[in-house]
Amino acid sequence: MTVGLMVTCINDALFPDTGKAVVTLLRRLGVDVAFPSAQTCCGQPMVNTGYLDEAVPLLRNHLDAFAGYEAIVAPSGSCAGSVRHQHRIVAERSGDPGLVHAVEAAPPVHELSEYLVDVLGVTDVGAYFPHRVTYHPTCHSLRMLGVGDRPLSLLRAVRGIRLEELPGADECCGFGGTFAMKNAETSIAMGNDKARHVRSTGAEVLVAGDNSCLMHVGGLLSRQRSGVRVMHLAEVLAQTEPVVHSVTSAGSAPTREPAVGSGAPTEGGPR
Amino acid sequence: MTATFVGMPAFPTAAKAALADTQLRRNLAHATGTIRTKRAGVVGEVDDWEELRLAGAAIKDRVLRHLPYYLEQLETSLQAAGATVHWARDAAEANAIVVGIAQQHDAREIVKVKSMATAEIGLNEACEAAGIDAWETDLAELIVQLGDDLPSHILVPAVHRNRAEIREIFLREMGTAGRAAPEGLTDEPAELAAAARAHLREKFLRAKVAVSGANFAVAETGTLTVVESEGNGRMCLTLPEVLVSVVGIEKILPTWDDLEVFLQLLPRSSTGERMNPYTSTWSGVTPGDGPQEVHVVLLDNGRTNVLADEVGRQALRCIRCSACLNVCPVYERTGGHAYGSVYPGPIGAILTPMLRGVGHDKQTDSLPYASSLCGACFEVCPVRIDIPEVLVHLRAEVVDAHKAAPGLPSVQDMAMKAASWTLSSSGRIGAAEKVSGLGGRLINKLGGHAAPGGAPMLGALPGPAAAWAGSRDVPVPAEESFRAWWERTDGGRAETGDGPGVNGHGTNGVGDR
Amino acid sequence: MNAREEILGRARQALGDVTVADPATDVPVTRPAPATGPATPAQVDLFAERVADYRAVVERPTVLTAADAVLAAVTGASSGTRRILVPPGFPDALVPVDDRVEIIRDGPTVTTAELDTCDGVLSTAAIGIAETGTIVLDHGEGQGRRAATLVPDLHVCVVRVDQVVAGVPEAVAALDPSRPQTWISGPSATSDIELDRVEGVHGPRTLHVLLVGPA
Repeated sequence: MTVGLMVTCINDALFPDTGKAVVTLLRRLGVDVAFPSAQTCCGQPMVNTGYLDEAVPLLRNHLDAFAGYEAIVAPSGSCAGSVRHQHRIVAERSGDPGLVHAVEAAPPVHELSEYLVDVLGVTDVGAYFPHRVTYHPTCHSLRMLGVGDRPLSLLRAVRGIRLEELPGADECCGFGGTFAMKNAETSIAMGNDKARHVRSTGAEVLVAGDNSCLMHVGGLLSRQRSGVRVMHLAEVLAQTEPVVHSVTSAGSAPTREPAVGSGAPTEGGPR
Repeated sequence: MTATFVGMPAFPTAAKAALADTQLRRNLAHATGTIRTKRAGVVGEVDDWEELRLAGAAIKDRVLRHLPYYLEQLETSLQAAGATVHWARDAAEANAIVVGIAQQHDAREIVKVKSMATAEIGLNEACEAAGIDAWETDLAELIVQLGDDLPSHILVPAVHRNRAEIREIFLREMGTAGRAAPEGLTDEPAELAAAARAHLREKFLRAKVAVSGANFAVAETGTLTVVESEGNGRMCLTLPEVLVSVVGIEKILPTWDDLEVFLQLLPRSSTGERMNPYTSTWSGVTPGDGPQEVHVVLLDNGRTNVLADEVGRQALRCIRCSACLNVCPVYERTGGHAYGSVYPGPIGAILTPMLRGVGHDKQTDSLPYASSLCGACFEVCPVRIDIPEVLVHLRAEVVDAHKAAPGLPSVQDMAMKAASWTLSSSGRIGAAEKVSGLGGRLINKLGGHAAPGGAPMLGALPGPAAAWAGSRDVPVPAEESFRAWWERTDGGRAETGDGPGVNGHGTNGVGDR
Repeated sequence: MNAREEILGRARQALGDVTVADPATDVPVTRPAPATGPATPAQVDLFAERVADYRAVVERPTVLTAADAVLAAVTGASSGTRRILVPPGFPDALVPVDDRVEIIRDGPTVTTAELDTCDGVLSTAAIGIAETGTIVLDHGEGQGRRAATLVPDLHVCVVRVDQVVAGVPEAVAALDPSRPQTWISGPSATSDIELDRVEGVHGPRTLHVLLVGPA
C-alpha cells in the first residue's frame, strides 16, 4: 500500500533529514512511500494562535494534497494531533458543510510510532544505534494522541542502544508553538528544567517524536554547551548496523559505526 | 485588605517578575509537586475513576443545559426549607445584599469561610467601604488578609508564602486585627496554626453574621454543601445567628444522590485525600441547631455569558478543585498572581476571559495565551473540562475581537495573513524555502556557532527573533528543503547509494537542532 | 426587570442550542446502584484502618467494654478534672461516672461560650464509611447539635459496627438530606503552611473513634 508522507512544514524547511529518515525506515519495512508535493502545513500555528479563519486555506490544501491516499504518516505528534483534532473545529467554524464532509472523509493520519506499531505491527525495525539515549514524550503525542509507550517499545528494540529514564518525562518542555515567543521567559524556564533533567540522565542523545520541541530543548542544550544532542525518533530508527566494520583512530579497538554516518553523536561531526 | 487584582499587567510581564523570584519558585515547586503526588496516589486507588469523571461531567452538563429549570427548583426547595433567596446580577448587587443583611443586624463584623465567589465579587472591600470588618477564617486566607496580599492558589491561597514569612506576618499583624500572636512564636506549622486558632476563636464566638460560599447546591432538596479541612467552615456555618451563602448559579446539582459522585471526585482531586476532614450539608434552617436566619444569594456576575459560549460553557462544570493548577507547568513556575484574577492557573485562563469578556483589556486577552497547550490540565480535571480546547477557542475570540476593532491590523494579524497565503500553496512555500535555504548556505559560510555534532546554530539575534534567541540557539534553515531534495532525487531513488539518508544527508546534520 | 427575571432570561437566551426539554433525556447519567446490606467484616476492618490513617485514635471495644473505653478516652493522660459535654440522647450506659469527669448536659440553655469551656464531647454517629474512613453525623439523638461536636477540643465518637457502609455512594443513599449533616474524616487539619499537615486548627484537635462490636 502507498502511504502519503506528511513531512510537516517545519521538517520540510528546517529538518529535512527527519523526512529522509522516515523514507529510509518505511522503505526498509516494505512500505511504498509517496510525498504528495502539494502539501504545505496543517495549519496548527494559525489555529493555536487564534487565527482559525486563516487556517482554512491550509486545511483545504492539506485535504487536496492527501486525497486518495490510504493513510498518512507524519513524523510529528503535534501535527498529527492537529489534523486529527483541530481540522474538524476549523471546518465547522468556516461554515462550509463541504469542508466538514471533506475532513470526515480524509485519510487517517498516523503519527510515526503509531503507524509502525499499530498498522505495521512491528516494534523491532532492525535499527542499530550504539548510544546512550533518553526519550522525551512530547505533550501532543502523549496526551492528544495517546501514543503511550509505543516510541519506547520501538527504542527498546534498537540494537546497541542504552535507554536512560528521563525524570519528569511527561512534563511539558515549554515549547508550545507561539507560546515559546509570546511567553518566552516562562517557556525558557520550563525548557531549562527539561534540559536539566536530560543532562541528569547522562545521555548523549535526547530523542523525541517532534522536532519543534527538540528545536526548543536542543536550542537550550546547545546554548549551555551541554554536549547533548537531539534527534528525531525516525532518525534513530533509520540507522542500521554496518555490513563492514571500520577501524577508528589509531590504537583503539575496531568499533562499529552506524550505517547512517551523520547520525553519530560525536562532537564536531562532519560538516 | 485593599490588595486587588485590578490593573494587573498582562500575563507575560507579570510572569517575568514572578519567574525572577527564586523563593516563590521554590515554594511553588514544592507545593504543587507534593499535591500532585498525593492526588495521583488516591486517584489510582479508585477503580472506576474514569466512570466517575464521565458522570461528574454529565451531571454538570445536565444542570448547565437546563439551568433555568434547576435554578427555579433550587429556589423553591430553599424557600421550603426556611431560607431567604436573593438574586444578584453582578458583584455590586451581591455585595449590596450581603452588606444590607449585616446592617440589618447592626453587625460591625462578619466571619467568612473561604469562598471563591466572594473573592470574585470583592466582598471584603465592599464590607470595608461600609464600615464592616470581614474576617477571613481559613488559615491561608488569614495569612493573605493579614499580609495585605492576594491569593495565589484556589486551594492553598498562601502557597507562595513559606513558614518564616507567615511567622513574620502573624507577629506583625495579628495584634492589629484582634488577639495578638504569642510572644516567642516560632515558625513551626503547628505553632502557627495554634496562633491562628486562638486569634480566630474569639471572633467565631462573638460574630453575629457569617458569610460562606457553597461547593454544591442540590436543587431537589435545597441542600447546600461546604467542603473544608480546618473547621473554620463549621464554625461559620453553625455558631452565628445569621448565615449568608453566596452561591454561583453554576453550583447546582440536580439531586441529593448526585453528591456521591462529587464527594468522591472533589477531595481526591483537590487535597489528594480520600476525604477532606469536614463536609457540612444543610437545608435552610434547622430549629435549635445553627443559624436561625439563613440567606442564599444566587450570583450571575458573568456566568450567563460563559453559558452562552457553546464551546466555553464546559468551564462552568468547574468544582474549584485546583488539580489543573497543580499539574500546570506554567502555573508551577509563575504562581497565581501572574494571572491577575482570583481564578488562576489553567481554569482561570479560560474562566476569567469568559466572565469578563475579551477584547477590552490586554491583561484579560493575554490569559488564553498563558499556556503551552500541553494538556496536563484536561487529563486531571475531575469533570473533564477540555481546557486546551477552550484556550484555543478563546484565542480565536481574542483575535476576532481585535480584527473587529477599528484601526490598523496588528503585526501579528499581518504575519498570520502572510503565512496563510504562503503556506496555502506548495509553489509559494517552495519559493520561500529557496530563499531561506540561500540564507542557510550564507550563514553556514559565515559560520554560526557549531552545536554538538557540528550542526549550525545561531546565537543571540536582534529583532523579533530575540524572544527566541535570548536563551536558545536557533537552527539554521536547511540548505535544501525536503521538498527540493525529493524533487531532485526522485524521492532518494536517483541518489547514489542505496537510499535516502545514506550519503545524502545534506549539510544540516541529522538531529542537530 | 428584577434580578431574578433577568438572570433566568439571560440563561434561557444563552441556551438557544438546547432543544430537548427533559434534562434527563437530554443528558443521561448512568451510575451503578449502591450496594445494600451490612458491610462485610473486611470492610469494617478497612473503616478502622482508614480512620486511623487520618491520625485519629481508633479503638474497637465490645458492647461490654465500651463504657470503660469511653472513660479512658475522655480522661486520657490528663490529671485534672475534665469537663465533658454530653448531648441529649447519648446512651446513659456509656456516660462516664468518675470523679475525674464533670458531665455537662447539653441543652437549649447552654451557650456557645459554655461550649468553649468544655474539654471534650461525646457523641454517637449516623454512619461510618469504610472506603474513606469517614464518620457522618446527622445530628439526631445522641449526636448533638452541630456546634457541640465542634467547639470542644476532644471528640469521642461511638460508632457501632453495624453502622459501617462500604463507600460514599452507600452513605449518600442511606442519609436523609433534610437533616443537617457533618461528615468527619479525622481531626481538624490544615496543610496551608508549606503543605505540612497540622492536626487541629479550629475543630477538635483530637478525634477518638470507638468502633463498638458485639460482645
